[in-house]
Amino acid sequence: MSKPIITMSNINYAYDNKKVLKDINFEVPRGSFMGLIGPNGGGKTTLIKLIVRLLKPDNGSIQLFGEAIEKYHKWNKIGFVSQKSNSFNKGFPATVFEVVSMGLTAKIGYFKFLTKKHKNKVLHAIDQVGMLDYAYQNIGNLSGGQQQRVFISRALVSDPELLILDEPTVGVDYENVKRFYELLHELNEKRDITLLLVTHDTGTMTEHATDIVCLNQTLHFHGKPEEYTSLSEAELSRFYGHPVNVITHDH
Amino acid sequence: MIADFLEFDFLRHTFFTGLLIGLIAPLLGAFIVVRRLSLIADALSHVTLAGIAFGLFLEKKVLGAIITPFYSGLTFSVIGSIFIEKLRTVYKDYQELAIPIILSGGVGLSVIFISLANGFNTDIFNYLFGSASAISQKDFFTIIVISIIILFSIGLFYKELMTLSFDEEHATVSGIHSKRIHLLFIVLTALVIAASIRIVGVLLVSALMTLPVAASMRLARGFKQMIILSIIFGEAAVITGLISGYYLSMPPGGTIVVVSIIILLLSISVKRFNFKRGELEK
Repeated sequence: MSKPIITMSNINYAYDNKKVLKDINFEVPRGSFMGLIGPNGGGKTTLIKLIVRLLKPDNGSIQLFGEAIEKYHKWNKIGFVSQKSNSFNKGFPATVFEVVSMGLTAKIGYFKFLTKKHKNKVLHAIDQVGMLDYAYQNIGNLSGGQQQRVFISRALVSDPELLILDEPTVGVDYENVKRFYELLHELNEKRDITLLLVTHDTGTMTEHATDIVCLNQTLHFHGKPEEYTSLSEAELSRFYGHPVNVITHDH
Repeated sequence: MIADFLEFDFLRHTFFTGLLIGLIAPLLGAFIVVRRLSLIADALSHVTLAGIAFGLFLEKKVLGAIITPFYSGLTFSVIGSIFIEKLRTVYKDYQELAIPIILSGGVGLSVIFISLANGFNTDIFNYLFGSASAISQKDFFTIIVISIIILFSIGLFYKELMTLSFDEEHATVSGIHSKRIHLLFIVLTALVIAASIRIVGVLLVSALMTLPVAASMRLARGFKQMIILSIIFGEAAVITGLISGYYLSMPPGGTIVVVSIIILLLSISVKRFNFKRGELEK
């Protein structure tokens, strides 16, 4: 079996004195579509920030593609769509094309310019998320769902093997959420991109993911969606630390 | 009208310096505005003033001063920019705090050096509001060198600067050395300010960096287009401002800013007109 894409061992993290993550051990296998769920304040975003090196763990080790994170440098293999993409500077007068081309900046490297080949790649990535008609529109003029697609396109343009998405569907309407998950499936199955998706929307996640991880300071559950949905309310309440009413989604 | 500017040496230097700063000030200003750092230009221009005052003091009190006010201003500006960067990392959650600290520091030092140099004189007045007749040949060559450095650096790091300005977190995660690019950017800003001060003056230099950008922002589609429009507006303001300032015997800083504001107002009304027309067509 090939090496897991992410390995986290004994990770602890605290903001000042408030412990957010305790003894986290988990792996993201290659090719999986992993849903990271859990209550607000449970440390989901913190965990993601540790993986993309925006934060450093207090102790424990992280490996990316089998390499220690301190030595890892192929960041273009990892596409990241942060929660903040929803609240970026809307006044920034960049076209969709320009925004997506920024996904190539680090990959192209210093002292080099965008070539014709890169430009085609950018257009292809825009096409992939169905936004080609808007390629030369300013990003600020698009709807929330369209902007989200652009940010995914920016993450895709550098041909990542792992795509990390933090609450990508916040502020996106139902119809677009559906299309969005279709896109994710396509990326996962056809392009073999490993996905790690953070969400508080447990219902949709159990429908789509291949693996579910439930995080509330510690890892409470790690398994298949079927196993998660078969958990009793009492067990779920234990994970969340308060009573949970299971709401079934039947859209 | 333009003939005088090409005939007399000192005016020719002013005119070409004007053309250069009309290019580099809005070029860098575009990045400053989108990063919401417009006030940094103001803070740095006041630090530059402190440097200029220091240079004037040396010129007056220390015989055979090796460093002219222009160069001491340039040095202070660059040191100030590095200091701003440091402060911004110390006060991570209050990044704008660096601006009043540096600005008041600059004014404080300026006052001290000005009084040490026996108070205000026409030189200081020229530095505050700009002057059409103040560019020496040596200054002119330095400004050419600065402009080449700016154009070269922006050309080389355009994609990194744009990526960083649009979304700093994404840039960092994708592996761009944000800190180094940031430092480069702020030092370039300091250079532009020092180069522009002779013509537009300390009090108005930030206007030349931000007003053309504010105007083009409303009209442009995309970042590149915004930069090109900003430069066109910047050049228009500098050329009209310099010539009218000269014939009306006014400091060019004032006339350049007034022309920039007229351009800004025009761009706002053009946008409104287009918008209304668009509404009607629907």
